[in-house]
Amino acid sequence: MSATRAAAPPASRTPAARDRPAEGHRGSTLLRHLAVVAVAALLLVAVSYGVEPFRNFQLATVAAYLCATAGLTVLTGLNGQLSLGHGALMAVGAYTVALCQNAFADAGSTGGWLLAVSLVAAVLTTVAVGAVIGVAAARLRGPYLAGVTLAVAVVVPALTVTFDGVFKGEQGLSVPVEPPPAALGAYFPYERWQLWVAGAATLLALLLLANLLRSRFGRTFRAVRDDEVAARLAGIHVARTQVLAFVVSAAGAGLGGALLAVLAQSASPGAFSLTLSLFLLMAVVIGGLGRLAGAVWGAALLVVLPDLTHTVSDLLTLSPAVAQRLEGNLPLAIFGITLVVVMIAAPGGVQGLLSRLGHALLARWRLRRS
Amino acid sequence: MDRFVFLTLDGLSRGAVYAAFALALVLIWRAARIVNFAQGAMAVAAAYVAYGVCAATGSYWLGFLAALFAGLLLGAVVDVAVMRFVDHRSPLSPVIVALGLVLLIQAVLGMVYGNEFRPAEAPFSRAALTVGGFAVLSPYDLFAFAAVGVVVVALAWTFTRTAVGLRMRAAAFAPEVSRLLGVNVGGMLTLGWALASGVGALAAMLIIPTELGLHPHAMDLVFVSAFTAAVVGGLDSPPGAVVGGLLVGLLLSYVSGYAGSDLTPLAVLALLLAVLLVRPAGLFAPVTARQV
Repeated sequence: MSATRAAAPPASRTPAARDRPAEGHRGSTLLRHLAVVAVAALLLVAVSYGVEPFRNFQLATVAAYLCATAGLTVLTGLNGQLSLGHGALMAVGAYTVALCQNAFADAGSTGGWLLAVSLVAAVLTTVAVGAVIGVAAARLRGPYLAGVTLAVAVVVPALTVTFDGVFKGEQGLSVPVEPPPAALGAYFPYERWQLWVAGAATLLALLLLANLLRSRFGRTFRAVRDDEVAARLAGIHVARTQVLAFVVSAAGAGLGGALLAVLAQSASPGAFSLTLSLFLLMAVVIGGLGRLAGAVWGAALLVVLPDLTHTVSDLLTLSPAVAQRLEGNLPLAIFGITLVVVMIAAPGGVQGLLSRLGHALLARWRLRRS
Repeated sequence: MDRFVFLTLDGLSRGAVYAAFALALVLIWRAARIVNFAQGAMAVAAAYVAYGVCAATGSYWLGFLAALFAGLLLGAVVDVAVMRFVDHRSPLSPVIVALGLVLLIQAVLGMVYGNEFRPAEAPFSRAALTVGGFAVLSPYDLFAFAAVGVVVVALAWTFTRTAVGLRMRAAAFAPEVSRLLGVNVGGMLTLGWALASGVGALAAMLIIPTELGLHPHAMDLVFVSAFTAAVVGGLDSPPGAVVGGLLVGLLLSYVSGYAGSDLTPLAVLALLLAVLLVRPAGLFAPVTARQV
């Protein structure tokens, strides 16, 4: 089998060009990432006070999606493995958090730290599932891997109906979540608290991922993506690297799914259908494969576009039946067209276009100075 | 015992349809080295055309012909308008583009017809005939067998006995040489897409009346089953796709008959994983030198 090269932009000059910032700031990667995260956290807190509760909830949803898209970026963009099953992995995280929270509620234990325990349990469970799929995935390439993960995406939501004694079938489980801690005041809006929780978890996950990608592991991920034979010759254990990438990616998806369940206060199979898996893939492709920043664009798009079509169909005066059909399907159609067009015309995605623009401007500025 | 006979025959008739759908996947894989993940959505679109024609004219057979024609046309359009422009150096790109098409087609169908199940008409009775006390196939099952049989024989004849079939095989096997010898390679590729999509449309027409009904997502699970069938037989082997389809049909019939229909998706996943991990090239793959 030929190497499973990801759809990285052919225009990105060399891997070295992309890694240049790391060489410039050698030794300070962690501090730099910490600074970015601190700024982002401050910004998030400021925004959470500045906007209405519904926008807070939307931002929290973006944060939840961001965990999953960042995980998928690591897998598809940086390691060259395609997964159509990340929606199913999100479901694993969501159902774990639901079961944990219900167990805590039944046992009568209370406390803010319980949610953190549930989230960690969700990530660990998803990691275990991801490791099983990853071991199989490491032996598969291209369309075969896509087919298996597609089967996972179709099968896992169906399992919740099969074992409806535990998972309550189509109706799903409710996720009891505690109100904001009393220390924040009696009138602290619940949506702001949701944004804080989701934002904190996501920023932590992104910090860990960003550091991992700048480390030896990140370099072996990319080496395996670019040329498996060369990577093997350089002493990299290809299968082990692929399993590791799958596990890391699954952890992201599990956390994303768990946060989504906490935000919606329910976990049901309808929320984690095959369409969600395709949405995640679309988000990372449009955002830009191979860059964590691309995952941010993708996650934002997943929340903004349905909202936008909702606004548009509200502006047009349509009969309720037509409006309902349009509202559910127009975002899908736009996503589909965008996915096809981006793959054909701009394989680097939004982030690729931005960085090309940045390079062009920089080159022009240098030219003018010399 | 009569339950076993019934499940076997029922499995074979479902398997025949999976075989047709798997054959469609194999046709495109052999012609273009692409697994067409949009096959299911394209086939459903053709089935909706049949539904529209059927409702307008009142004739099932006009709708049936319209579906086949729409399938052929849609396959050609997808190749000429989309797949021709995809960068084939990365094996991920065609898959991602096909998934974009899935989203687009299903969304358009949802916008036009709504996301609800619509009853799909069957041209023959679906009540099983009894022979000597055994409940065996229904007239509709026999129709499905006959339709798939005709298509398989026609495709085999086309590819092995006609000049067009020879050109299509040559164009897939050695595009550069074929072009030098005057074969219209692009045209042959488009023809391959059209044929495959037509066969997929036929499979959708045959299987949708036996399931819940017409729905934009009606073929999602069928696609996974057919992909499994194609992998069981080996993506490169048309006879393998037929045998794989029948095997998958039998397995699903036994699992849903003896263990519960909820477990069929899990059985498909288990079979797919088992085949890929034990014999990734499929049961009918010739022995090849190992590539690195």
